[in-house]
Order: sequence, then C-alpha cells, then structure tokens
Amino acid sequence: MGEEKTALRKEYKLTFSQVWKEHKEKYLMILPFGILFVIFTLIPVLVSIVISFSYFNMLEFPKFVGLQNYINLFVYDEVFLIAVKNTLFFSLVTGPVSYIMCFVFSWLINELPPKVRALMTLVFYAPSISGNAFLIWKLIYSSDMYGFANAWLMRFGIIAEPILWFENKEYVMPILIVVQLWLSLGVSFLAFIAGLQTIDKELFEAGRVDGIRNRWQELWFITLPSMKPQLLFGAVMQITTSFSVAAISIELAGFPSVEYAGRTILTHLHDYGNIRYEMGYASAIATVLFFIMLFSNIIVQKLLRKVGD
Amino acid sequence: MHILVWEKLVAKRKFKRPNRSLSVDILLTLILGLFGLFSAWPLILILNNAFKPLNEIFLFPPRLFVYSPTLNNFHDLSVIIQNSWIPFSRYAFNTVFITAVGMIGTVFLSSLAAFPLAKYKFPGSKVMSRLIVYSLMFNGTVTAIPNYIIMSRLGLIDTYWAVVLPTMGATLGLFLMKNFMVQIPTELLESAKIDGANEFGIFLKVVMPLCKPAWITLIILSFQALWGITGGTFIYSEELKPVSYALSQITGAGIARTGVASAVALIMLIVPVSVFIISQSNVIETMATSGIKG
Repeated sequence: MGEEKTALRKEYKLTFSQVWKEHKEKYLMILPFGILFVIFTLIPVLVSIVISFSYFNMLEFPKFVGLQNYINLFVYDEVFLIAVKNTLFFSLVTGPVSYIMCFVFSWLINELPPKVRALMTLVFYAPSISGNAFLIWKLIYSSDMYGFANAWLMRFGIIAEPILWFENKEYVMPILIVVQLWLSLGVSFLAFIAGLQTIDKELFEAGRVDGIRNRWQELWFITLPSMKPQLLFGAVMQITTSFSVAAISIELAGFPSVEYAGRTILTHLHDYGNIRYEMGYASAIATVLFFIMLFSNIIVQKLLRKVGD
Repeated sequence: MHILVWEKLVAKRKFKRPNRSLSVDILLTLILGLFGLFSAWPLILILNNAFKPLNEIFLFPPRLFVYSPTLNNFHDLSVIIQNSWIPFSRYAFNTVFITAVGMIGTVFLSSLAAFPLAKYKFPGSKVMSRLIVYSLMFNGTVTAIPNYIIMSRLGLIDTYWAVVLPTMGATLGLFLMKNFMVQIPTELLESAKIDGANEFGIFLKVVMPLCKPAWITLIILSFQALWGITGGTFIYSEELKPVSYALSQITGAGIARTGVASAVALIMLIVPVSVFIISQSNVIETMATSGIKG
C-alpha cells in the first residue's frame, strides 16, 4: 500500500507535457463533456457557494456578510429547524425503503419472461415517467367528498364526513411519504434493471455447481456482489431524491402548509429563492443541504462496501 | 395417476427454474401484482379520464373507469390547437429538435467522458469523479441565477442551446455510464489495444456494445427530462417554445378546460411511455442471453 502511494506520487511529479503525452486520448475524451460541465454545472455551484456568504436581493450587487446567513439559519430561523426535522424524518423513511423497493422489484421482475418483464418494468416505472403524474394524488386526497380517499372511506362507513387531509398536521407527512414511495421506482430502479441484465448468466450455473441451493443464497453471493457499481449509483440517487423533496409537498400540502407540517429544506429554499428573492440566504440553505447529503452519502457508501463480503 | 402428473410437472419446473421453490414464487408474484396495481392505477385513471365526458369527470362518488367514452376532449383540444397563434407544427419542430439534439449529445458526450474515468487512473481522474458525484447533490434552484448570467454572457438566452447545453453538461448520465463501465473486464480492453485499436475505437467497438442496457436507460432518462422542458425564462420567444409549454398554457386556463386538460395529460404521458417501451424491449431482446463476460 505504502509503495503504491509513493509510486503514484512519483507519477504526479511528472511534468505537464509528460502527463499529456501519456494520457492525451483520455483527456480529449473527457474534454467536450468537461467544458459543458464546468460552464453549466461547476461554475454555477461555486458561484452559489460564494453568494451564500453575502446578502443578495437580485437588485443590488451582493454585499459580503460573512457567516451571517448561516448564523441566522441555525440560531434565529425556527422554521428552518422544523424544515430540517421534517426532511430528516422524511428521508430516513423514504430513502432506505425506496432503495430496497427499487432493488427488490427489479430483482423480482428480472425473473419474469421477457415480454411480461417489459410490461412490469413499465408499470412500476410509470409514476416517474410523466413529470407531474403525482398530481393525480390531489384527486385522491381531495378534501371534499369528490376525493377518492374520502369517497371510499365514506362508502364503507369508516368516516361520516370528508377528512380535510392537508388541513390536519398529522396527515401531511404520512401522505407525502406514501406519494414519494409511489414515485420512488425511478432512476435507480431502471439502473438496477439494466444492471441485472449485464450479469453473466454463467455465474449462476457455476454457483449451482458450487452448491448454492436457493434464491436467497444466489442473491447474496452472486447477484448483489455483481451489482455493486449499480448499487452505489442507486444509493446516491435515492439519497439525493429523498432529501430533495419539494414539489410534492408544495403541490399537495400547499405552500405554506398547515403549521409547517409539509415544510422541507427545499421548500424553505424555494420560499427564500423564488418568493422573497433573498438569494444569499437561499444559497446558504442549498449549501447546508449539500453537506447533509454529502455526509449521508459517505455513511451509506461505507455500509454498501460490506455487501456480499 | 394425478400424483404422477403433478410430480412430473414439479420435476420439469425444477429443471427449468433451478433454485426456485414454487410456494415462494407464488408469494412473490402476488406481491408484485399488488404493488403493480398500486403503481399503475393513477395512470389507468389518466387514461380513463381522457375519454370521460365532463359530467363523468365531476361525478360523485368518483369512478375510475369511463362509462360512455367520448373523443370530445380530444376534439376540443384540436380546436384550440388549430386556433393557436403560432402553428402547432412549429412547437412540434422545436420539441423534436431539442429532444433529439439533447438526447444524442447527452448519451454520446457523457459516455465518452465516462469511459476513461471508469477504466483508467491518471492525474486528475479521482478529483473529476468526485466533482461529478458531488455536483449531483447541489440543488438547482440557487444555481439558476448564475446559470442565467453565464448564458446571457454567452449570448445563449432565447436559443435552443439555452436548454440543450446544460442538459448535456449534467452529471447524472456520466455517473450512470461510469458505474456500468467499471464492470467491463480490463483484459478485454487490453486485447483490443494489442489488436491495434486506439482508445476511441475501443470505446465505440468494445465498451458501448457491452453497456447497451446502460445507455438505453440513459436515452429514456434524457428523453424524459427534455420532453418535460417548457423553456421557462431561458427561451422567451413564443416561436421557439416546445410542445410541453404550449400544452401547459392550454390547461392553465382553469376549470373550464378540465376536459381538455385530461386529454393533454394523456398525450404528455403517452409519448415518453412509447419511447420507454420501444427502447426497453430493445435491451431485453439483445441482453436476454449474454451478460458482460470476462
């Protein structure tokens, strides 16, 4: 290990032209994407982080305020703390559950005959396919008796009067969680489906010869270890989506929601970024969210390394 | 006699599906079916709503399936479309251009960049890989303003490129491709190199065919992203706006357009669903027998 490191360090001491000569083709392959990435992704992110240390109302030039935005956020902004609490609760539930759902369903679907498999992939992926198909839940949890949930509960005599779903603090989070789980078979699910198809089928036969006796052993000893890269990909995706909940909260629970029950870090950001135009403050929120995601990502990646060992 | 037939069937099954027990198979199929209904039924509702006459849309108690299907909603929609200020074919052209260029660009450029990052170590490769994952975690709301300033400096505002180029510079595709390319056995690349191929040749002839399920997934994802783009503040000229914008304007007119809106909802859904079906069946056909082999 130590030797490897010194060898690497030596490589880094090579002159620029030597490095270029050796790896020219690789750099050229990255270049076109790299230019677009730097201009349209990296620079905007870095600028936002810089702006988070300023007061910026989009009319005047940003004024440097040091850590003031961050201090306000954690010390004086009580709503932000509610938002953090809600977001953490939401993602602690939806993150792991949706991740497991993505894997389990793609794994089960993968065993079906090809045509049924294509159909089932569509059925499970369907909620994420149209950007705002989740608005259909507005109809389901509509507060009047036209809403499906109320209509059914009333028909079966469970309730006598329609429930005002999003006027009651205790219903907001559970409904948002259900909707998010319904939406969760998205990018990771497709990646898992694709990943399962790239596993060498001979591995399973070899496994049988080696004495693997049931599907669970196959799963643990062959399938999961062969899918590590996809599992890592899926983890990052589920972390970012479960922490980035905003649209469903704003559309379903309304904005502002009752007693901030549907307030998340991102809806808080939306409040300051798109409504009050306090971009410095909004950027500080985005930066905090970024570090929360980064931190949870590190933990999850550590856990995933243990899979199949 | 019956027992014999049963035993034969069980034996045949065991041969066809080794390591699978029948009871667990049944249980898992049931779970799949139940969740399938759970995730499919709002879409069944969209499908049915599109063909409902107005009185059924506002029916109490609400009904999932349509009673007396009608094409009225689509008829109303076509009348609105024909009367639109900009010919609808113009919106359609914009959408085709944006999605085609954006999709091809995204798949090609991010795969091309993913390959060296996945399979080689060179100065800077680790830093680049990290930046790509980290940038996925920064929210787009606040980067919209720096983005807008950069684009107006580059003179891209109010052109197709204002929505196409940022999509191509997004990192999700690269991250996806990289994670699949890592699995390609290094020996395959080396033997291609011995045969005289350069890196770009290896990428086209060895890497991409092996990663087909991955880039087909990326096609689906980038199509969806581009299909939903309305242009927002980046494209303000009416004649450069895409279909999704035109349709959202039509449904934005309130409760009087409820019927039309349900027709629009179906159309907005049916296009990506078709792309999905075509591309997915393609993966399943080609990858049915082989995997990535070392």
